[in-house]
Amino acid sequence: MTGAEWTIVALSLKVSIVAVLVTMPIAYGLAWLIARRRFPGRMLLDALVHLPLVLPPVVTGWLLLILLGRNGAIGKWLHDVLDITLVFNWTGAAVAAGVMALPLMVRAMRLSIEAVDRRLVGAARTLGASPFHAFLTITLPLSLPGIAAGAMLGFARSLGEFGATITFAANIAGETRTLPLAIYTGLQVPGSEGAVARLAVIAIVLSLGALLASEWLVRRSQGARAHVL
Amino acid sequence: MSYEIAPLETASFEIDLDMSVDDHTFALEFGSNAKLTALVGPSGVGKTSTLNAIAGLLRPRSGRIAVAGRVLFDSAAGVDQPPEQRRAGYVFQDARLFPHKRVAANLDYGEKLAPDSARFITRSEVVELLEIEHLLDRQPPTLSGGEARRVAIARALLSAPRFLLLDEPLASLDESRAETLLTLIERLRDELDLPMLLVSHSTAEVERLAGRVVAMAPPGRS
Repeated sequence: MTGAEWTIVALSLKVSIVAVLVTMPIAYGLAWLIARRRFPGRMLLDALVHLPLVLPPVVTGWLLLILLGRNGAIGKWLHDVLDITLVFNWTGAAVAAGVMALPLMVRAMRLSIEAVDRRLVGAARTLGASPFHAFLTITLPLSLPGIAAGAMLGFARSLGEFGATITFAANIAGETRTLPLAIYTGLQVPGSEGAVARLAVIAIVLSLGALLASEWLVRRSQGARAHVL
Repeated sequence: MSYEIAPLETASFEIDLDMSVDDHTFALEFGSNAKLTALVGPSGVGKTSTLNAIAGLLRPRSGRIAVAGRVLFDSAAGVDQPPEQRRAGYVFQDARLFPHKRVAANLDYGEKLAPDSARFITRSEVVELLEIEHLLDRQPPTLSGGEARRVAIARALLSAPRFLLLDEPLASLDESRAETLLTLIERLRDELDLPMLLVSHSTAEVERLAGRVVAMAPPGRS
């Protein structure tokens, strides 16, 4: 790979990994709420979580711009009070990727939480565990395969994120130009077919790797489920 | 029926329940001062739900639950202790061992959470009593039904419970294993100072073990 290609791949990996790591605890909390709690507004929360999956990504990016842009409802406060700017830099790309990956991560984690036998939690409680201790020692470890699978799916989704990223974080070389954006940019320039092909191959290899890893983890989690029942 | 075991000074179980579980409602009221009380009745009548209510895993619509003089639930007085404060040594019919922890770690679970002052039996005593030394490194899914139940009893005892709830402890065991476990439950009854409530459908088992038998019948029939 050339130096320019390395920059693109390294940025893509950084954006995707940060997006997944930050989104993971949020996704798990939402998955747990939806799987285990019954509260008014649960259906609405479930629908909101799934919104990035069904909306055109450009619309999600535009909504992020309205909320988190420098003059946005939350973005203005972040900029003025905390001196954090999310648009037009790599953290913005990570935010866009994280939001787009959220529904997939919540789905995978929710399935694995629902597969944990609640009666085991009851058994832990009779043995003296508080609800939180029972969660940490029973629900969390038994849903670990789903967490891992969700993380891999989220990573693959983040790696391929285009619409929300280009809308919210823009297409700035070295800052927000991840693999898909670099391929798109290459396609606009005549004579760069070779460069585009190389980037496309890199994207295929990375995505395939993430997909295979998540497939493997899902298989393992199904094995673990068979043990629980 | 007559028994040589002396009754306890305070009532072991004082139960007055009005339950509603999955569209099935039933009421149950009994008091017992036997060391081991048996709850018998046809399946589906609410025996396991009663154990769950006493352990704090199911909330009755109303009523009162007191064990060894301690009130665990009283809807009129607004008492409803969470399971971890009730400290039931609950041996589930399906053992309910934690599948991701070895047998030894299953035993650790309740032992680590038990207050020191409440302990009445040591780890080595429990392991010897239930003959599970050779099982300590095993994963629960690899245990037979009888082995899993012995581990479940050991796990319950090590959590320093204030009373024991045994749900069909001899079900689906072959005759010799059932006999071994029956002898063991007799020992627990005689050697430990713990009120025990046992759910069963075997009259032979009940006649041998229980100082008091409570029969549950479906509503509408006697």
